[in-house]
Order: sequence, then structure tokens, then C-alpha cells
Amino acid sequence: MKKILLIARREFLIRVKNRKFWLATLLGPLILGIFIVVVGLIMGYNGDDEKSILIVDQANLFNGSIKDQSNLYFSFSKEDIRTLRSHSSEAYDGILWIPKIQNVAVDEITVTYYSDKNLDIEKLTNLKSIIQREIKNFKLKEMNISQVQLDQLDTRVTIETTAISTDSSNPSGEEVGRSSEFSSYLGAGLGMAMGFIMYLIVFINGSMVMRSVMEEKTNRIVEVIISSVKPFELMMGKILGVGLIGLIQFLSWILLIPSLVLIGNMFFGFETDMETIENLNRTGSISPDEVEYMVYQVMQEVQEIQWFKLVVLFICYFIGGYLIYSSLFAAVGSAVGDDMQDSQSLILPITIPVLMAFYIMMTTIRVPDSSLAIWSSIFPLFSPIVMPARLAFNPPWWQIVMSLFFLVVAVVFMVWISGKIYRVGILMYGKKASFRELGKWLFYKE
Amino acid sequence: MDTLSIKNVSKSYGNYTAVDKISFNVREGIIFGVLGPNGAGKTSLIRIINSITAADEGEISFMGHELNREHQSEIGYLPEERGLYKKMNVQDQLEYLGQLKGLSLKEVRLRIQEWYDRFNMEGWEKKKIQDLSKGMQQKVQFVATILHQPKLLILDEPFSGLDPVNTNMMKQEILRLKEDGTTILFSTHRMEQVEEVCEEIVLMNQGRLVLTGGIEEIKQQHKDNIFQFTFSSNQLPVVSNDIEIMQNDNDSALVLQFEDLAAANIQMKKWLDEGYYLKEFHEILPSINDIFIKLVTAPSEVKPMVHNA
Repeated sequence: MKKILLIARREFLIRVKNRKFWLATLLGPLILGIFIVVVGLIMGYNGDDEKSILIVDQANLFNGSIKDQSNLYFSFSKEDIRTLRSHSSEAYDGILWIPKIQNVAVDEITVTYYSDKNLDIEKLTNLKSIIQREIKNFKLKEMNISQVQLDQLDTRVTIETTAISTDSSNPSGEEVGRSSEFSSYLGAGLGMAMGFIMYLIVFINGSMVMRSVMEEKTNRIVEVIISSVKPFELMMGKILGVGLIGLIQFLSWILLIPSLVLIGNMFFGFETDMETIENLNRTGSISPDEVEYMVYQVMQEVQEIQWFKLVVLFICYFIGGYLIYSSLFAAVGSAVGDDMQDSQSLILPITIPVLMAFYIMMTTIRVPDSSLAIWSSIFPLFSPIVMPARLAFNPPWWQIVMSLFFLVVAVVFMVWISGKIYRVGILMYGKKASFRELGKWLFYKE
Repeated sequence: MDTLSIKNVSKSYGNYTAVDKISFNVREGIIFGVLGPNGAGKTSLIRIINSITAADEGEISFMGHELNREHQSEIGYLPEERGLYKKMNVQDQLEYLGQLKGLSLKEVRLRIQEWYDRFNMEGWEKKKIQDLSKGMQQKVQFVATILHQPKLLILDEPFSGLDPVNTNMMKQEILRLKEDGTTILFSTHRMEQVEEVCEEIVLMNQGRLVLTGGIEEIKQQHKDNIFQFTFSSNQLPVVSNDIEIMQNDNDSALVLQFEDLAAANIQMKKWLDEGYYLKEFHEILPSINDIFIKLVTAPSEVKPMVHNA
């Protein structure tokens, strides 16, 4: 054990002392934060391409007045479309011709846009929704329906989930889901974040262990080391040291990324947020008071999440998942030589369950109590990624206990198997081993 | 007492037998050579002694006790394939390797300092291995091997890749360690190196033991009664047909094979009586290389020729 700690200490220190570690730990989130903000900006980019449009409003939808959009400018003309088309003008990019609306019952209208330059999809949709809205208003007026009446037709429905049993002494002793719609949104967000972090940990640190194993093998130092310690001790020390690095890195990421995104948003994204709220207000569905209430409700929910349970279980799944996959990565690292490319085909069987778990996790968030979600959160190759995503939805205790039990069994089994492969692999030089050979190694005597 | 006693040790990987019923003893305080061509099973055997792998069969005792993993702290091992952590500095590297052998940090630091002095390595502490020359790396590796003052030192091809100056220094150091009572197991396929430093050897081929014993003893056993006569003038006597001439390219010397020493003496007396002046007469003992080649190739000559279809 003392030797395992010595090895873990070296693995840890050698990385902490490296400038790259600090770059990845501190700059990584910064870059990721910038990336998220930039992607946000790009997604919200409306284009600097501005168009002025001449509207020939035969239906008189706009009453001769329309608000200019950020990149669309409007003007009206009463002239005949044929005369307008006969002579081109620099004053506008295109002519929008709206036909007369014959009666309120009409459910399809074709509006023509005359231009030599195409409109991009966004402007087209924008234009379409403006016209749609105005036609609706036009029809409302024709039908003598007031805005108030229309609003009264809409009823907002929220479903509040409450446990059937009113018995306060339920077996697990916990408060069973007095959860609202918000809590499932929150749960989904939280679950997604946890599952995703787990996925990253497994991949990044697993391959870190693999590279470390390969490095020792190429350096040929491995033979010196295992003339002092057991190969198994070397493998475990390595896994432990790199795991600690991973834990630190991800804790700092979890703290840094959201705060950087928040700061970034404050500088770049504020406008968009105001616009969204304004839009909501304009459609008249949510009043500012209600927004405030929503925020309050979310805060309530955040406080009601059992953070302690969540964090403890998350760490359990982190340890389990990390041990399973990093030991497999160590085994792969030992089976290949110095060539990184050789490792690809051997990594594949590890990548497949991780990716599968990731996709299952994505569906789990939508339907956290489906049988797919339940069984894959118990199956130990998936559970480290799927279960953290379900935790926010308060799965029953028996599922958690069963899942943890199988996780422990799988950890012992996988570490044992990997140790067997590792012990033989690190002393094999030359060609990459095939799966058949790996299988044979399992049965080699020490 | 024997530092190492190996009895009927075998090891196979799948169908391939790397070590086949090997037995020999290594007396305490000697330099013992393990010889054989590449693929003879030397490294497999050494790995077994180091507890890196376990033997399938046989017994090994170390200092009178059954060999176990605890003995790793009393064995120093310099593998044929040298290697250090390239990005670690010399001091950290030596501290780490010393601690893995069970030394305390304080102890390791003291000993490292001694070696810095002895090997003129002052000022290397903070240098990374990748920034050192190959010879310097070898020195660091050697220090790492003997830092814990092992009772048994196993050197696998210790001179490979060394320049003459470093080879000599390493040789001196090995001899000094022997003086201090360290038993040294020296593995190589370079037979001439063995004759310079080893007292006893074991010869291996294809996993099997070919012969074992003291160098002089082995040479005496395998001598072919070849003698060299060096005359004072260029006038050489005529050699009768029943004596085999091994070599006569020298103007004043004859190398001849006799049935035994007595036959050679009779011939010498005859020539002296005939008036030839002898300056020198000595027996030429075979080199370990000759003996090895003789022993290894002899059986295959007996085998019937296989014709390729």
C-alpha cells in the first residue's frame, strides 16, 4: 500500500508540476467559456445584411405603418405592381406583394416577393411570421373578437406531481416528490450536466492513464519499476494518481465554467436576454411579475434538491466508473507498443459502452423512469454515466443500492482482469497484441 | 554460502519454453556470468530471479531462504533495455526509485549525495534525464540500481551502448562492489567480456543449460591440447604428418595439436635435441566463445541433413 501511494504521489506531482496541467485547468475553462459565449453569439447572429422592402399592401393589413426590424426596413407603395416591376429602383431591394383577402374563412394566402436577390431563410421566416400575425389581427377584427377575449381562450396549465400516500413515515424516510414541472426541468439540466461531466472524466482521465502506461513501456522503465513493486501496485498507483488529478481538474472546471459563462453573458449576452423577455411581454403571455415568480420558484426547487445525497452519490459513481474504465484503458495501454495508432482498435471496445451510456443518458433525462433508464442505471458499464443523470429525479433507493452493488462487483472484476492483462502486456515488446492474445494472457500464471 | 540457488527452474509462455529445467548455484561475493546467445532464456531467468515473473516449476532460494517478493529490496536490477522517466530530474528520479526499494527519504538523499561525489555528478540534481547525454543517463541508471545497497546485483548487458571510458568506469565500479561483498550476476552474449570479469559462469542455449562452473575449470575441461612453440629463429622444424597444424602463418611460431601434454613434451625434447632453440612454449586454452560454439553447434552436425523439396 505504501508503494501504491508512492507511485500515486509521483503520478500526481509530475502532472501538477507541469505547466500544461495549469494551462488545462485554468485556461481550459476560459477557452471553453469563450467558446460557449462565441457559439452563443454566432447562433444569435442575425447577419449584417440589411434589406429594404417595398410593400404593396392590397389587403391593407398594415394600415400603412409597420415597425422596422433590426435588419429589415419597410416602406409602402400604392402603385401597381406592374409599373413597379417595369423600372428598377435603388431605393429598395425587393417588393412584397400582399393580395387582397377575400374573406375570413380563407386559410391559405400566397404572398409574392419580387427581387433579383434571394432573401435568406431567417428573413423569410421573420417576414412570414409578421404577415401571419397581421392576418390574424385582421381576421380578429373582421370577426369582432377583442384581444381580451382571445387571451381568455388561453389557459396556462401546470401539473404538480404529488405522492399518493400521505403517510409521513414512508420507508426511505425522505420527502417524496412534491415536485413541480420546474423540478423536472431542473432535474433534467442537472442530470445532463452530471452525466456529461462523468463522460468527460472517464474519457480524458482514462486515456491519461493509458498514455502513462504506454510511456513507461516505451521508456523501458517499467522493468525497473516492477523489479521493486508488483505490476498491480504500479497500475493501481497510476490510476489513483491520475484520478486525483481528474478530480481536481473537474472540480475547478465545475466552478470556473459556469462563472465564466455567466460573466461572459453579462458582457455580451445581456441584450438578447432583455429582448427575449420583451418578446414574451409583447406576446402578452407572461407578465414581469410572473417572471419574478418563476425565478423564485426555481430558487425554491434548487434549495429543495438533496445536494448532500447527490454529491456523495456522484462521487461514488465517479470512483466506480473511473476505476472500471481507467483500468481497462491501462490494460489497453500495456498491450500496445509505442504507436498511438495501434491503440485505436483496442480502445474501440471501451469507447462503445461509454458512448452508448452517453446516448442512453440523453434519453434518460427525458424519460427518467423508463425501463431502459432503470436497467441501464443498474448495468455497471452504463450506470456511472446514466445513474448520475437520474439522481436529480429521485430514483427509488432499491435501484440505487442495486446499482451500487453491481458497480462494486464490476469494479473488482474489471480491475482484476485488467491487472492480469497489464502484468503480461508491459513486458511484451514489439507487435500489438490481438484480442485472442489478451484472452490468453488472462490465464498466464504469474 | 550461496547467494542464489536455482533448482530445476522452468518457465514457458504458451507453447514456447523459455527456461528449461535450469539449475546452478551462485556463491556469495563472486561475479557470476550468465551467458548465451540472444533468445537463450537469460532475460526470462533474470525476471524470475527478480520476482517480475514466477517460475512454472523449480525452486529458487536466496540467501538460504525460499525466494519471495520481499527479496526485491535486496536485489538490484539493471535491465538490458535501459529506461528512466525522461521528464523527471535526476534528484527526483533517484529519490523515487530508492523509495520504491523501501528506503526512507532521508536515507535516499544521503546516499544520492555520496554517489554524486563518487561519479562526479555534482550539479546534475535539477537536470532532466532527456537533457543528459547517453553516458550520463547510464550513470544515473547505474546509481539507481545500487542505491539500496543490494546483496545481489543483476546486470543485463551492462556495457552495451557505453563508450570505452564509461565501460572502464563501470567495470571498476563492478569490481569495487564485489570487493564490498556484493554478489553480481552478469548476463551477456558477449563472451569475451565474461572472461575479463567473471569467476564462474553458466552457459545457456535455447532455454537449456549447456554447462556451468569456474572459468578456468571449464577451459581445462574443454581444452584441445593445443600448444604454441615459438622459436628463436625463422628456421622452423618440419612437422611430421601425424601432428595437426592449427596455425603456421607466423614466421617463428607453430601452433600444434597433440594427444596430450606428454606428447607435446616429447616433441619439444626432440626438437631441442635437433638443435632448435625454443623461446616460448605454452598451452593455448580455448576461449569461452570457442567452447560455446563447439558445444552448441556440435549436436546439430550429427543431425541428418534435411533436403528442401
